[in-house]
Amino acid sequence: MSNLHSIIASFPDTPSFFHAAEKVRDAGYKKWDTYSSFPVHGMPDAQGQPRSKVPIFTFLGGITGFTLGTLIVWYMGAYDYPLIVGGKPFFSPIFPFPIMYELTILLAAFGTLGGMFLMNLLPQHHNPLFESDTFLEVAGDRLVIAIESRDPKFDPAATKQFLQDIGGTDIEEVSA
Amino acid sequence: MATTAQEMDPAQAALLDKVEPAELYEQPLVTNNRDFNWVTNKICGIVEAGTPTWWWVCMAVALATASFTGMGLLWLVSTGVGVWGLANPINWGWAIVNFVFWIGIGHAGTLISAVLCLLKQGWRTSINRAAEAMTIFAVVCAGVFPLFHVGRVWFAWWLFPLPNANAIWPQFRSPLEWDVFAVSTYGTVSVLFWYMGMIPDLGTLRDRAVQRLKAGAYEGATEFKKKFDEGFDVFRKYFYGIFAMGWRNAGNHWRNYEMAYLILAGISTPLVLSVHTIVSFDFAVSLLPGWHTTIFPPYFVAGAIFSGFGMVLTLMLPLRAIFGLHDLITQRHIDNMCKICLGTGSIVGYAYIMEFFIAWYGANPYESFAFINRAFGQYWWAYIMMFSCNVFTPQLFWFKKVRSNWAMVWVMSIFINVGMWFERFVITVTSLANDFLPSSWGYYSPTIVDIFTFFGTFGLFSVLFLLFIRFAPMMPIGEVKYVMPQGDPHGHSEEHGHGHGDPAQGQGANGGQH
Repeated sequence: MSNLHSIIASFPDTPSFFHAAEKVRDAGYKKWDTYSSFPVHGMPDAQGQPRSKVPIFTFLGGITGFTLGTLIVWYMGAYDYPLIVGGKPFFSPIFPFPIMYELTILLAAFGTLGGMFLMNLLPQHHNPLFESDTFLEVAGDRLVIAIESRDPKFDPAATKQFLQDIGGTDIEEVSA
Repeated sequence: MATTAQEMDPAQAALLDKVEPAELYEQPLVTNNRDFNWVTNKICGIVEAGTPTWWWVCMAVALATASFTGMGLLWLVSTGVGVWGLANPINWGWAIVNFVFWIGIGHAGTLISAVLCLLKQGWRTSINRAAEAMTIFAVVCAGVFPLFHVGRVWFAWWLFPLPNANAIWPQFRSPLEWDVFAVSTYGTVSVLFWYMGMIPDLGTLRDRAVQRLKAGAYEGATEFKKKFDEGFDVFRKYFYGIFAMGWRNAGNHWRNYEMAYLILAGISTPLVLSVHTIVSFDFAVSLLPGWHTTIFPPYFVAGAIFSGFGMVLTLMLPLRAIFGLHDLITQRHIDNMCKICLGTGSIVGYAYIMEFFIAWYGANPYESFAFINRAFGQYWWAYIMMFSCNVFTPQLFWFKKVRSNWAMVWVMSIFINVGMWFERFVITVTSLANDFLPSSWGYYSPTIVDIFTFFGTFGLFSVLFLLFIRFAPMMPIGEVKYVMPQGDPHGHSEEHGHGHGDPAQGQGANGGQH
């Protein structure tokens, strides 16, 4: 079954979808995911996923922005071309604070967006799941759980049976 | 209730039995029991349906209006800043007024998308996308004025710390340079926030185009119409596909997305407060009476939110009527927006009065003159416009009858926009026209070039907004579904509301469904 990408099952409503996800997690599957057109509250816990790592990228972006802001004001105003304006100091941590502040936010925002893409492994314009008509209906109201064949616990027959047991319908094999 | 009744004497208990406690009923955020598919179809349908005739008419009018900005700017660039009505002592005229006016309008979008997100206000979901779009387009309109006010616009890049042939750098000790950073950061972060919020919806539009292409059932009167519709879906598949970045609606995607969204909301909140604070520094850091006040930052921020919500109402009420979005933008949404206008409008009114008080209490003759002159001097008419529109208009929002009269709300939102423009005019012009030396006093009037340039920005804004409602999903589909009872993983409210898991999780976040 090397050409099998995953087995997908649909669930009728959000509570059963949520509890099914908990059961997949408890059954010990690792390479699987839930698919819904909206974020389901508490789903990361139900899927046994850890806290998102996006904040690390935000922090790195913010630190870079703050440092950059401080450096450009110092380099341009106090080192490279000092100009006397109104007797004000060439450099101080006070007056350029808006610059440091805005650059912190700017680069933190880029870090956040970049971190989101990186953590989600996006852009990834092709995925075998997109070939499935059932899967495309997730855009409407379908709630889908897909267990991938690369999961160590994956077994075509047993996994299919398992998805049926936890309340899945419209079970479908998606080929790679 | 039963135990209390037993301890009381029978007469009182009998009376108590007649009391019917009022049922506290919270208006749902999506009315008429709509399901998920309805929401998706409604929001995507606006983008996928054929272009309505009114859209072309509005677009033509908007483009014609926008051309006035083009003419004004062409006139300015080919002649010089002298064609504006600026003359000593009033060297800041309409350009700055318009800049602050547009930037302020933008603030409501960020307030809705960021601050209300942090406060877990479920009602923000259906209006935040359009409000964010409004923010971005308002910043674009705002940017036109300082950009061209520099005179030689081809040197505008000197505003940024980029190496140039003169080996000079920007002057970081000036609030105007802080403003460059504040406004450009604000514009950029708003675009990032808006785009990231849109990714799942772009994915939905992509998937729907693919679904239609696979089904291949195109109905049309002519063969050309069928081919055209199919071709358009191919375009959509790639256009939305590229921008959706391969979004798959996976739980893992949503997990990182929600975290990123929360962080962007968290960093946009201090950002939006800082932007108008720094805009107010342009005035407050100077030594001019009427400008040199510490009340400016909070007063400007409140005014910005006030004007922004005015603009959101101006835009959303017609959209709601045209596209039949009454189940998504409900009376509750309008009520809340009116109440924010009322709250911020009252803060603005308080600030006007407090400025006067401090001018007297501060015992600085120049300061008290500046304020008496504002209200009773040569620009008294502008002050009356400002005060009546901004202080009296929102007070009508105390009344439920007014808030549920949509036509009236719309008209009042226009008053708010007008009033806030006049506020900036009053602040900018009155202080400059009559400063310390009576011998240098003057009177400012805009020229036709000023008027053209400003009038046209409404067209520019409308062109951008029309393109937005035609090609981008107007509401965040996922977020709307999230606040619907069906989106609750713990079942529909009452029976399961408090039963499952971490009590902090089931509560609150679902927009008051529990």
